Amino acid sequence: MRIDTGGATVELSVNGRRHTLPVEPRTTLLDALRDRLHLTGTKKGCDHGQCGACTVLVDGRRIYSCLALAVMQQGRAIQTIEGLAGPGETSLHPVQRAFLEHDAFQCGYCTPGQIMSAVGLIAEGRARDDAEVKANLSGNICRCGAYQNILRAVRQAADEVAHR
Amino acid sequence: MNPFAYARPEDPEEAIALLDADTTSSAIAGGTTILDLMKAGIEVPAQLVDITPLPFHDIEDDDARGVLRIGALATMSDVARHPTIRDRFPLIELALEAGATPQLRNMATIGGNLMQRTRCDYFRDPAFAACNKRLPGSGCAARDGENRKHAVLGTSDHCIATHPSDLAVALVALDARIHLQGPDGARTIPVEDFHLLPGATPHRETAIRRGELIRSVEILAPPHAARAVYRKVRDRASYEFALVAVAALLTIEDDRIATARVALGGVATKPWRSREAEAALTGAPPTHATFEAAATAALRDAHPRTHNAYKVDLARRTIALALTEATRP
Repeated sequence: MRIDTGGATVELSVNGRRHTLPVEPRTTLLDALRDRLHLTGTKKGCDHGQCGACTVLVDGRRIYSCLALAVMQQGRAIQTIEGLAGPGETSLHPVQRAFLEHDAFQCGYCTPGQIMSAVGLIAEGRARDDAEVKANLSGNICRCGAYQNILRAVRQAADEVAHR
Repeated sequence: MNPFAYARPEDPEEAIALLDADTTSSAIAGGTTILDLMKAGIEVPAQLVDITPLPFHDIEDDDARGVLRIGALATMSDVARHPTIRDRFPLIELALEAGATPQLRNMATIGGNLMQRTRCDYFRDPAFAACNKRLPGSGCAARDGENRKHAVLGTSDHCIATHPSDLAVALVALDARIHLQGPDGARTIPVEDFHLLPGATPHRETAIRRGELIRSVEILAPPHAARAVYRKVRDRASYEFALVAVAALLTIEDDRIATARVALGGVATKPWRSREAEAALTGAPPTHATFEAAATAALRDAHPRTHNAYKVDLARRTIALALTEATRP
């Protein structure tokens, strides 16, 4: 299988919906989500895999979408921040609700990445205590320094998910 | 990133043929090194060959030969949480978990980790003209520049760039072997021979040949009694490369050190097996004096530059601490 530099049409599954979109081989998953699909919840912080703002889930695992190529994501289930909540305001994901309750953000730019990373972390079963959360959320940095509240929010959400 | 073509071969032979035919093609698996370098303008392949469909993902216990074989396309996360790794190769789990971040570990592969390139700021920024690694013969801006994070072991007049991998340090401590497959067939080399000293040719970083792929890494289990330690010293508690890292494995018999494996990261131009430290340890009593002697021996041939002289003492102390930890009852 080969795609020329000019690109091709690929099919991506995002938040449970199939999308057909034109991309070049060099189009990152991040740019495909933001620029082609207009899902701008996922943020471009550094574009080099050094900040975590671009974190999304692919097949349930958290990755940096800025270091992933869109053409390599065919056949995978991609989940972004837009795909977390159910319909209506009352069906926020426990992590989203916890971030609101614990004031776990200031400017909000790192927040979608923090939330997706936390969802991935909780699914990995590695949010059992503060040390574990800190170590395993280390791939998301926050210039506003909301870490303490992020930690509380993630612990709360993890407990809630564990007791469902 | 520069525009490039994308190819997705279906089997190793096709992948090898693609890479061998065209030196402007590079392999891509996790993408965490190559895309980063392409965005920085350091690597500009005309084609990326996606090797992720190849059958190199498995982690196999070869009981008959007593070895563990880790497929080159297994991710850092998958390897770190594999039950056999946790049970019999804790040094590998420690080294993997010390590196990168959960997101990167979910993407990055074992083969890619071995192929990763230095974090030297002069190498990574094309604005700096003098980089023998990027442009052979252009000089080395780091030698008389900002070299706080650069190497003190294995350096040359041409390059002092540190090798950044944690995993590779654990693998050289464990005498791992790398299985390669290329246009001329299959071969196996010790991981210690995989990474090259810069010497006069810093642009040549590994022993991999044109068209070759890493298939797997193979390791013999260390003695079960061996206590594994991986100690990583860095500017912050996570998401940061080592200033100094020490992998240590020791076994004690009759109050003497029976076997010792010591490898260093963060201080050398390649993952650094310290036979000097091991020689000072083997047969000696597990005392502080022995550990200090080993640490001194390990750094005896260090050549610091202006800003990284602190690494010599820091490495000595970290080695002594790691050895103490490895012998704690």
